[in-house]
Amino acid sequence: MGLLSDPNRRRALTNLLTRLNTPLCIVCYLAGVAWFMGLAFEPFTLRTYMSENAMGSTMVEERFLAGERALVTAREFAAQKKKMGGMPVDWLVKAMQARGLEVFTQSFSRTLPFPDENKERYMVHGTNVYGILRAPRAPRTEALVLSAPCTPGSSNNQAVGLLLGLAQYFRGQMYWAKDIIFLVNEHDLIGMQAWLEGYHHTNTTGMSWTPLEGRGGSIQAALSLELSSDIITSLDLVLEGLNGQLPNLDLANLFYAFCQKIGVLCTIQGKLQRNDWDSAAGYSQAVQTMLLMVLKQASGRPWGDHGLFLRYHIEAASIRGINSFRQYKTDLTTVGKLLEGMFRKLNNLLERLHQSYFFYLLPSLSRFVSIGYYMPAFGLLAAILLLLVGMREPFGPGVLSVLTPLIISHLTGVALYTLPIMAQQTAVEHFPVSETEAVVLTAIAIYTAGLALPHNTHRVLSGEGTEEGWRVLKLIAIFYMAVLLGCTALINFSLGFILALTLVPVAAFITPHVPRVLSALVMVLLSPGSTLLFSIFVYQELQEAPITLLEGWNLFLSVISQGILDHNLYGSLVYPLISLLVYPCWLLLWNILFWK
Amino acid sequence: NLCTAALLAAVLVCGLTCASTAAAEEAITEEYESISNANEHVQAQDDYARSQKRREITEHDDDQNEPPPSSSSSSSSSSSSSSSPPSKDYFKEELVIRPLSSGDIYASFQFQTRWDTDFFAPGKKVSHYRLFPKSLGQLMSKFSVREMHVSFTQGYWRTMQWGQPFLPAPPGAELWVWFQDSVADVDGAWKELTNVLSGIFCASLNFIDSTNTVEPTASFKPLGVGNVTHQRFLRYAVLPREIVCTENLTPWKKLLPCGSKAGLAVLMKSEKLFHSSFLSLAVHIRPVCQDWGCKGTAWELRQTVNVVFDLHTTGQGKREWSFFKMFSRTLTEACPLATSSKVYIDVTDNPQGELFELNPAAPSLTQAVVLGDRRTYAVYDLMASGTFGLLRSLNVLLRWKTPVDMLRPLLHGERYVAGYGLQTGEIHTLIYNNHPYRAFPVLLLDIVPWYLRLYIHTLTVTSKSRENKPSYIHYQPSKDRLRPHLLEMLIQLPPNSVTEVTVQFERALLKWTEYTPDPNHGFYVGSSVISALVPSVVAMDTSYTLEHPLFSTFFPCKEESSYFVRVYTEPLLVNLPTPDFSMPYNVICLTCTVVAVGYGSLYNLLTRTFQVEEPSPGVVKRLANMIRYLRGVPLL
Repeated sequence: MGLLSDPNRRRALTNLLTRLNTPLCIVCYLAGVAWFMGLAFEPFTLRTYMSENAMGSTMVEERFLAGERALVTAREFAAQKKKMGGMPVDWLVKAMQARGLEVFTQSFSRTLPFPDENKERYMVHGTNVYGILRAPRAPRTEALVLSAPCTPGSSNNQAVGLLLGLAQYFRGQMYWAKDIIFLVNEHDLIGMQAWLEGYHHTNTTGMSWTPLEGRGGSIQAALSLELSSDIITSLDLVLEGLNGQLPNLDLANLFYAFCQKIGVLCTIQGKLQRNDWDSAAGYSQAVQTMLLMVLKQASGRPWGDHGLFLRYHIEAASIRGINSFRQYKTDLTTVGKLLEGMFRKLNNLLERLHQSYFFYLLPSLSRFVSIGYYMPAFGLLAAILLLLVGMREPFGPGVLSVLTPLIISHLTGVALYTLPIMAQQTAVEHFPVSETEAVVLTAIAIYTAGLALPHNTHRVLSGEGTEEGWRVLKLIAIFYMAVLLGCTALINFSLGFILALTLVPVAAFITPHVPRVLSALVMVLLSPGSTLLFSIFVYQELQEAPITLLEGWNLFLSVISQGILDHNLYGSLVYPLISLLVYPCWLLLWNILFWK
Repeated sequence: NLCTAALLAAVLVCGLTCASTAAAEEAITEEYESISNANEHVQAQDDYARSQKRREITEHDDDQNEPPPSSSSSSSSSSSSSSSPPSKDYFKEELVIRPLSSGDIYASFQFQTRWDTDFFAPGKKVSHYRLFPKSLGQLMSKFSVREMHVSFTQGYWRTMQWGQPFLPAPPGAELWVWFQDSVADVDGAWKELTNVLSGIFCASLNFIDSTNTVEPTASFKPLGVGNVTHQRFLRYAVLPREIVCTENLTPWKKLLPCGSKAGLAVLMKSEKLFHSSFLSLAVHIRPVCQDWGCKGTAWELRQTVNVVFDLHTTGQGKREWSFFKMFSRTLTEACPLATSSKVYIDVTDNPQGELFELNPAAPSLTQAVVLGDRRTYAVYDLMASGTFGLLRSLNVLLRWKTPVDMLRPLLHGERYVAGYGLQTGEIHTLIYNNHPYRAFPVLLLDIVPWYLRLYIHTLTVTSKSRENKPSYIHYQPSKDRLRPHLLEMLIQLPPNSVTEVTVQFERALLKWTEYTPDPNHGFYVGSSVISALVPSVVAMDTSYTLEHPLFSTFFPCKEESSYFVRVYTEPLLVNLPTPDFSMPYNVICLTCTVVAVGYGSLYNLLTRTFQVEEPSPGVVKRLANMIRYLRGVPLL
C-alpha cells in the first residue's frame, strides 16, 4: 500500500480521479448495466446442480396412479363449492377424515384497511381446513406442507382434487418420516397468513384467528398447488416470496429434476427455455425471463401462496398448471407422480434445505446466476456514489441549513406513509371517489405535493442558500443513498438494483446550476413513482401483454393500492421503504435543484 | 394392608388437598412438602420396622443354615425348597389386544419375571440365576439399583385417537433409576450404569450425561416398595433423538426366559413390529411385596412391548385383524417355563356381539378396571390345551365395525415452539382437562437443554384466559454445558379447560465444535411429562387380594375414585443459529486479506516517521563535511 503512504502518488491518484470523474462515472454506469445484461448470457452462467446429498443420489419410484379418481373428487368438490357458495368446509373435513387424516379447521377474520378492488373483498371471514398425515416413524417433530387455495369461481378445483388424491395415496405408505400437512386455505394469501400465524402463534399483522389444535412440529418445506384444468400443457414454478425472499435453490432444482424425469414441460415466469443460446432469440428469451424475475422480486409481494412461508424459514414454492394451445398434454396422474416424487425426496431430507443458494436469479430453470455474479452489477452502480463523494471539496459547517430540508423531506415521507389510510374517510366524504381510489389518490397527491414543499425551505431559516450549503446537502444525500441502496440490495437485490439504476444518475448530475426546467423534468421521470410506472409497462411488455397508456395508468393505481395492502396484510416492506426512506432521499436531491 | 408403593399417589393427593385448602401460596409449598414428608416418614418407619423384622428372621435362619421361610405361605413350597435353592421365581406372560376407535389395533405384551430374593442381603452374593436374566441381576447388585425403568420408543402415542396406553413412554429413550440409599456417589453410579445399559441394549444411552440428567422432585416417585423418596437418589434422563431398531429388540428378547423361541414372544418378528405406527420396548425392575402381607420383598422384572398397527398401511383399510396379519405368525404353544400365559382381547364395545366378531370364540370372559374404565376382555389361556384347537395353532381373528370418532381423553397435552427467527422463541405447553365437572391437579415436568436459555420471568400459566397460579413450583436453572433447566409445577386444571403454559427462551450460539454433524436438522428438546391422578368414572380396584391381569397392575392404585396417568407431550425440534460450515475457508481467506491489506497499511502509516527529505548537498559541501568530521568539529 505504498499508494496511500506515498503522498506524491496519492496526490496523483486523487488528481486522476478528480479529473476523470465524469467519464469514470459514465463508464461505471454503463459497465453496471452491461454486466447485468450479460448475466443472462448462457456461457456466463452456471448450470444448476443438486447440492443436497439426501435428495441427489436416491432416485425414487413414483407409483401414484389415481389421477382419474382425483378428477372425480375435483368435480365433487366443485359441485359442493357451488352449492355452498364458498368453501365446503364440512365436505372437506369428511373427505379428509375418510382418507385417514387427522383433520382440523381454523377460522379467521380480517377487515382490510380499505376495500381491495382487485379481489373485491373488504371484510374477510374464512376457514382453513387441514389434515395431518402422521408419520409412523417420527414423533411429530418435522412436517411438510402441501397446500391448495380454495378460490371462488370454477378455478383451482383440480388442485384440491389432486391434493385429496395424493392424501389418500400417501396415507397408505409406510415410509414417511415427516408429518405431511394437507392444507386447503380460503381467501388465498389471507387464509395462508392466518394459518401460518396460527401455526407459529405469532401475530404480526393484527389478524384474528382461532388457535390451531393440531400441529406437526417444525415445517421443513412447503409446496402450493394451483391447477385449474383437467389436463395441462406445462407446469410453471413460482419462487418469488414476500419482500423478495426466495426459497433455497435446491427446491427449484428438485422440481426441474422431476420434470425432466417424468417428462413434463416446465417453465419459469411462464417462459419455456430455449436451446439456442447463441442466437439472438435465445438470448432475448433468457433476458426476458431474468428481467421478469427481477421485476417480480423487486415488487416485494408474495407471487403465490408459498410466499408467506419464507418468513418462517420454510422453503416453499408454488406450482402452477398451465393449459395453453400446445400439442403435448399432461394428465393429472403425471402431475401427481411429480408431486409424489418431490415429497418423497423432501421426506428423505435429514436437514433443512441449506446446501444450495438462497440468493440467485434464474434466466432459465437449468441456469442460475448466484449472488457472487450479480452483485458486481450493483457494485459498479454504487461505485459511482463513492466517486461522487471523493470529488467533493472540504467544506465548513452548515448543519442548520441542511437539517431543515432533511427533516421536511422525512416528514413528507411520514405523511405519505400514514395519511392515505388515515384520511380515506375524509376523502370519501368530500370527493366522489371510492375508498380505494381515495387511498391511492391521496398517496399520489401527497407525493406530488412533496415536490412543491421542501425546496427553498432552508431560506426561511438561514437566508440565501449558499454555495457551501448545497454541497453539504448533496454530500449527505449521496451518503444517505449509498447506505440505503447498499442495504436494500443486500436484502432484495432486484429492488436495490432498479432503484440504483434510476436514482444514481440523478445524484450524479444534480447541482443548482444545471438548466432548471429540463432537469426538473428528468428528475421527475427518474423519481421512484415514475420508476414504478415504467416497471409496469416493462412488465406487461415482457409478459407479452402490452397495454395502452390509459390501461397502464389504471394498473399503476391498482399496483399502488396493492402495495399498501401488501404492507398492511402481510408485512411487505416495500411501501414503507419507498415512502419513508427512498422518497425523502430523492426529495433531498430535488431540493438541491431548487437551492437558489 | 397395602404396600408403600403408592407414594406418588400420596404425594399427588397431598398436593391436591393442600392446593384446595391453604390460602397463602407461599405456605402451600411448605405445607405440601411437610405433609408429604410426614406421610413418607410414617410409611418409611412402618416399612423399616417390617424390613428389620424380616432381616432378623433371615439372619436367624442363616445361622441355622436353613432356607428362609417362604412367605407365600404354601406348605408345598417350603417342603419342596428344603433341598433346592431357597428363592423361588416364576414367569408370566400375557398379550392384550385392544381395537382402537380409529381402526388401528393396539397390542401390548407384558412379561413378568418375579424372584423372591434379595440382591442386597449382607454377606450373601446372589449367583444362581434361573429365570431372572443374569445381566440385569448383576447390574442391580453392582450399582445398588432399587428401581430401574428404561424404555425405547419409536413414534408418538396419539392420545387423541388412541386413548391412554397401558404403559406410557416418550419418543426416543427414557431411563429413570432409583438407587439404594446406601449409594454414596450417585452420579458416578449413574454414569457407569448408563454405559453398561448402553451395552446391554445396544442403544446410545451412553450419551446421557450431566447435561440431560435431572432429579425431579415429585414427578417420578418409586413404583415399588421402599423407604427412600428423596430425589437425591433418583436420576431421570430422556434421549428424544434415539432411533429404535431391531438391534434394540434382539437384546430385549434375549432377556426373556424362552427368548423368542416359544410362548408369546414368537409373535415378535421385527419386520412386522417395526412396520407399525408406534412401538415401545420397555424394561422395568422394581421391588414388590412377596405376598399380600408384604412380609418380604421380591424383585419384579417387567418387560413390555406396546405396538400399534395402522389401519391404512398395515390393515389395507379393513377393520379386520388376525395374529397372522399383525405378526405374520400364529401362536402354537405357551412358554414352557411360564406359570401363566394368556391372551386378552378387549371386547367392551361389543356387549352383544353384533359389532364384533372373534374367531375362534373366546373360552371365557373377564372384567378388569383399567385406566378408570371397566373393560371386558375375552381370555385365551395358552396353558389350556383346548385353546389351540385341531390345527394346533391359535390365530385369533377380529372383525368390527364402529364409527370413527375423535376421542376426548380426560387428560392430554401438546407442545410446540412459537415465533420465528433464530433469536428468541416461546415454548407453549397445552394441557387439556376434558372432564366435564371435575378439576384435578397435574404435575408438569419440563426439561429444557441449556442452549435454550429460558426467561423464567416470562412463565405464564393460564386457564380459561385467567391466570392460574401453580401451587408448587420447583425450578432449577441451567448451567451452560453442565445441566439442563428443570421446571416442575403442580397445576390445578379447572374442569373442561385448556391450560396453557408459556415460557420464552433465547437460542444460544454454540461453540463451533458443539454442533452436531447435522446442525441444520435442529436440536431436540425432550417431551414434557404430565403426571396426574385423574378422577375415575368407575370405582378403581384397590383390593390386592385378587388376581389381576398384568396390564392393569403396573401403576399401583390407592384410591377408588381416581387413577394415575402419565402423559408425554411431543418432543420439540428447535433450530439454533447455525454458521455456514463451508464458510470457515472463505472467512479465513477474507480475514487474512483484510488483515494483510487493511491492517498492514494502517500500521505502516501509523508507525512510520515521515521526514521532509532535504535536497542532497553539493560536492563541495560534502568534502568540507568530511574534513570537519575528521577534525572532530560539528558538521555543517
